[in-house]
Amino acid sequence: MTSTLPPFQALIDKYASDVIAVLRGAVGREGAEDCFQETFLAALRAYPKLEDDRNLRGWLLTIAHRKAIDHHRANGRKPVPVAEPAELAAPNGMPEPDDGLWAAVGALPPKQRAAVALRYGSDLPHNEIAAALGCSPEAARRSLHEGLKRLRKELA
Amino acid sequence: MKTLETTIDEFTARAAEEGLLDVAYTTADSPFGPLLLAQTRRGLVRVGLPNQDADELLVDISERVSPRVLEAPAQLDEARRELDLYFEGKLDRFDLPLDWRLSGGFRQRVLRAISRIPYGQTRSYTEMARKAGNERAVRAAGTACGSNPIPLVVPCHRVLRTGGALGGYGGGLPMKRALLELEGVLDESPGS
Repeated sequence: MTSTLPPFQALIDKYASDVIAVLRGAVGREGAEDCFQETFLAALRAYPKLEDDRNLRGWLLTIAHRKAIDHHRANGRKPVPVAEPAELAAPNGMPEPDDGLWAAVGALPPKQRAAVALRYGSDLPHNEIAAALGCSPEAARRSLHEGLKRLRKELA
Repeated sequence: MKTLETTIDEFTARAAEEGLLDVAYTTADSPFGPLLLAQTRRGLVRVGLPNQDADELLVDISERVSPRVLEAPAQLDEARRELDLYFEGKLDRFDLPLDWRLSGGFRQRVLRAISRIPYGQTRSYTEMARKAGNERAVRAAGTACGSNPIPLVVPCHRVLRTGGALGGYGGGLPMKRALLELEGVLDESPGS
């Protein structure tokens, strides 16, 4: 049985900007480049044996999320660096959020921060956020909801 | 601040260092249009001619060789250099390791025989069939030429019909004629 997976470069061409945007949201610009390398190396390592190729984007974002958590663990519980807003916003044509907003996003607990970044940074639907976070859609919805509630309070 | 392109380049370099780069590819300019060059650790595995769809070729490589396929131009510097010299008429023998895995059996024997035809000379399909061990399989020898995964470097353009008619070419007959003119086999004949 031969593989039907697309050439790995196609994943990079299609999803590198999503992955880096999510990682910038999750760990800040400094950590995002390292996490990006780790994410794609882990993906490339596992790729030939990947059996379910229906949601390659979700698969990559799941790995990215794990690498972001590893990054936070390795850095102890240091305050999270602030995400860069401009490049998160531009690809989707969203209005550019101000620094204060992303500072507040960066200060959210990891799951809430990831859910907010995936929803508004990468425009993922709830079920894909769930896949990326490794939780149920309900839990993803809850993290997003909690994150947004907290942001509203912070920014009020 | 690093651009995403830089970050991707660094990833590609690390993938190569860590032995995760099974197929490196790039595109190279030629007088006929862009060529796709793909290479494994064994050597050059695929040359895509300008009239072939590079994306389709990469999907085929992904299925038949490995899906760990990355655009990694630096890995193909030597192949690109030799091809440039060839098109300038300054190189009459490629010195590149080849990976034959995309052709098997009789076809591979035909292609290996073709790879030994010297620059500026031609052979017939019948001769190639004989060299590959079956003189009567002339049509199969023609098919082997047509399926050549490494054209130019494995010079299937040097194989003609008995009597000298050009036969076929995957890159189109004008390209075959131009290559034979470059090598001095055919006179440049604007009318033909």
